[in-house]
Amino acid sequence: MQRIRLRYTKRGRLRFTSHRDFQRAFERALRRSEVPMAYSAGFTPHPKVSYANAAPTGTGSEAEYLEIQLAEARDPARLRELLDASLPAGLDVVDAVEAHTSSFAERLEASVWEVRLDGVEPADAERAVAAFLAAGTVEVERRTKSGMRTFDARGAVCRLEVAAAPADRPGDGPCAILRLVVRHATPAVRPDDVLSGLRATADLAPPVPAAVTRLAQGPLDEETGTVTDPLAPDRDAATAASSTTAGAAMAPGRPS
Amino acid sequence: MSESVFPQLEALLPHVQKPIQYVGGELNSTVKPWESCDVRWALMYPDAYEVGLPNQGVMILYEVLNEREGVLAERTYSVWPDLEALMREHGVPQFTVDAHRPVRAFDVFGLSFSTELGYTNMLTALDLAGIPLEAKDRTLDDPIVLAGGHAAFNPEPIADFIDCAVIGDGEQAVLEITEIIRAWKAEGRPGGREELLLRLARTGGVYVPGFYDVEYLPDGRIARVVPNRSGVPWRVSKHTVMDLDEWPYPKQPLVPLAETVHERMSVEIFRGCTRGCRFCQAGMITRPVRERSITGIGEMVDKGLKATGFEEVGLLSLSSADHTEIGDIAKGLADRYEDDKIGLSLPSTRVDAFNVDLANELTRNGRRSGLTFAPEGGSERMRKVINKMVSEEDLIRTVATAYGNGWRQVKLYFMCGLPTETDEDVLQIGDMAVNVIAKGREVSGSNDIRCTVSIGGFVPKPHTPFQWAPQLSAEETDARLAKLRDKIRGDKKYGRSIGFRYHDGKPGIVEGLLSRGDRRVGAVIRAVYESGGRFDGWREHFSYDQWMKCAEETLVPQGVDVAWYTTRERTYEEVLPWDHLDSGLDKDWLWEDWQDALDEVEVEDCRWTPCFDCGVCPQMDTTIQIGPTGKKLLPLTVVK
Ligand code: B12
Ligand code: SF4
Repeated sequence: MQRIRLRYTKRGRLRFTSHRDFQRAFERALRRSEVPMAYSAGFTPHPKVSYANAAPTGTGSEAEYLEIQLAEARDPARLRELLDASLPAGLDVVDAVEAHTSSFAERLEASVWEVRLDGVEPADAERAVAAFLAAGTVEVERRTKSGMRTFDARGAVCRLEVAAAPADRPGDGPCAILRLVVRHATPAVRPDDVLSGLRATADLAPPVPAAVTRLAQGPLDEETGTVTDPLAPDRDAATAASSTTAGAAMAPGRPS
Repeated sequence: MSESVFPQLEALLPHVQKPIQYVGGELNSTVKPWESCDVRWALMYPDAYEVGLPNQGVMILYEVLNEREGVLAERTYSVWPDLEALMREHGVPQFTVDAHRPVRAFDVFGLSFSTELGYTNMLTALDLAGIPLEAKDRTLDDPIVLAGGHAAFNPEPIADFIDCAVIGDGEQAVLEITEIIRAWKAEGRPGGREELLLRLARTGGVYVPGFYDVEYLPDGRIARVVPNRSGVPWRVSKHTVMDLDEWPYPKQPLVPLAETVHERMSVEIFRGCTRGCRFCQAGMITRPVRERSITGIGEMVDKGLKATGFEEVGLLSLSSADHTEIGDIAKGLADRYEDDKIGLSLPSTRVDAFNVDLANELTRNGRRSGLTFAPEGGSERMRKVINKMVSEEDLIRTVATAYGNGWRQVKLYFMCGLPTETDEDVLQIGDMAVNVIAKGREVSGSNDIRCTVSIGGFVPKPHTPFQWAPQLSAEETDARLAKLRDKIRGDKKYGRSIGFRYHDGKPGIVEGLLSRGDRRVGAVIRAVYESGGRFDGWREHFSYDQWMKCAEETLVPQGVDVAWYTTRERTYEEVLPWDHLDSGLDKDWLWEDWQDALDEVEVEDCRWTPCFDCGVCPQMDTTIQIGPTGKKLLPLTVVK
């Protein structure tokens, strides 16, 4: 049985897709592209798909991950193309690698987020960021299913900086862009919790809702605060596997 | 002229429920460049996205129009009150979900009314769009507001708000309208809106309410309806598509990201129905029967599944088991998709043993949970009145077969408030349910058998033999249903196995007012809208008291009231508000059928017996189109 890990996006207006909506759309895309899925046992069999750590509704993402199990092996690159063509534009399948390693979910240690704050002067954002980073802990509140919850939003933030706004940005007026690296912890700290933290420490109050995008997730290098490609180990294993076989075929007269 | 309003809308979306319903981008949706098209349609299903998106009528017209060179169509749906409030606050107009263009920028704003309960939502959309509510106040900057769908067969209650209406099938009609608009625009829009509407009206197939004057008698009845422009026909005809195989739409059904009420690949297997159930407006106005061929159906299902990835196929029509080749269709599809985990469903079926075979075929690989039948009338006498020719023995025999085949639950649909009905007729619904359970226990040898009785209030509809009938008042409906409930609950032996679901009589009265209303009812709709009325098809939004209060304020000064429109019986001579809209049915034939109903005389189906002169075929120049073709569905081989 083959397992394939995919990276997909939630871009533009389709960032309003909820995780449930995505699941339905993805299962339909599997049928449209006639992917030979493995099914769960039971009265209503389900195709075997596992989703990891989905970004909240309304948040864009360049780096969502899932894994599928196939009943028959397929070429990952071809599969990526087919699935991508079967999903609406914006839900794009951008990478596919055959799984050669275990515990993929644990490799998703941290996320890189970009937060666009329209109407906020970069200098104000800089000041707020400095105040936030200087604090040891920053208590924030969030409404959860079990009521209001208070927790620290500072501890999980490994990096937080103000980036330059792109020159081709639509519209005028001030705009600050934050880039942050947040460790996946329990309770999960989300970009809006960090924004609540900026409000709490430095009174930063963006006039319009922030546009949030997850740029990456994967293993975290604590030293540098960088996040690396979580599919790399699978890719390396795949290359290693194919170069050994290729090497074997090309070595004439190799004793067997 | 038609800049996307998405940037403004986007800022509001994080604050509303289920924002995904407003962003579009569905699989198989189309966005054409604005400037490349000279005729532009905004199509609306005036209900929430989750109900409107799966609507076949809108989906078909959207595709038919977008396939044409130089024509574009985009969709718009009703926004929920949370977004409506924000749009008003921030000045965001009613928008299309495809390219988020303001509805007012389009040439035509076409609304699909499968029920009258969408009228207040139309007013909300017009107002949000910045289009004047009344047709007389519109200018060249406003689109032509066009109504279609079943409710448009009596557009009089919304006559002031629409510019025109089309009755019947829309596929060809929208293309004809497009050509007229294109020519008029190319000529530089001579004569303004008036000229365009005149050109449309003169085709005989587009109703422009403003071109007709309604005169009333002192007692409130209509004296006559007269065209007030030359060249405008006395009566406007319905449209009928004659070869469904030539119109295999939707070819690329829309696949929503949001969850909707109906997520399956639907194929209309035929249009029309001549069973002649006297309460059924849909059956009367869609005559004659036109079947799609078995091979046409097979092809649509195949292409549609490939285009969507849906896992269920619905074979739609008014009475799907009546297709001349339904057995082969069901078997052919079940064989073809046996390994693909594709489910099949038939939404509308009649009661006979054959249907159990069919149901078995459809559930070959699945669970046999519930079967649904619609006897509609509780007593034999009632079923004669409504011309639903099913005997209790037929039903019991069918049910016995069903339970014998492993089905455990039967759902029975009935109506309450049918003409001449008494308490006794309705109480017999309880007896029928008891007999069904008793038979089920006997055949299955198990006590784990259920029968659910579901009852809707009858609303007399235009263009049916019951268009003259008095509607039962809400109080009487409720009282009758309470007696039935007590009878069922009081049954010691069987009562616990019978589920009882019913609607109270109040919404039916509002539906009745809107169904058989005339132009004076427009004032009620407007008053309800202005006092906040929205989403009347939704229990949690509908307010009977608000409707009655507004009706009192607006109708009484005009010398009529709600009872006058609903519980009053009409006479032969009365000019009905929709008489000038020609569904093809001969009014005298309808009247005779009404008299036959009162005499408990049934009529046959013209598919299997000689024509009974309902008038449609000669008047509309149509014929019955049915099989069998004798062809079979071939299994498809999957190319890997
Ligand atoms: C599938 C279905 C549903 C589905 C999906 C509804 C949806 N969103 O589309 C569900 C289960 C949700 C549903 C619910 C209801 N339904 Co229903 N439904 C049907 C069914 C089986 C098929 C509808 C269909 O797709 N028809 C095929 C399409 C192509 O036809 P069409 O929409 O009429 O469109 C054509 C023309 O009317 C025209 N046209 C349509 N719009 C426009 C617009 C313009 C501008 C123009 C020019 C032309 C035009 O062109 C189209 C192509 O020719 C019909 C029975 C039937 N076979 O028609 C009943 C039917 C429409 N439903 C009916 C009813 C009563 C209801 C409910 C009110 C039931 C209830 N009590 O809750 C609700 C109302 C929900 C709502 N708010 O709309 C009745 C309508 C009664 C009537 N007019 O006499 C019908 C006819 C069944 C019946 N025999 O009683 N329904
Ligand atoms: S005119 Fe005759 S054949 Fe045509 S639908 Fe009416 S009864 Fe049937």
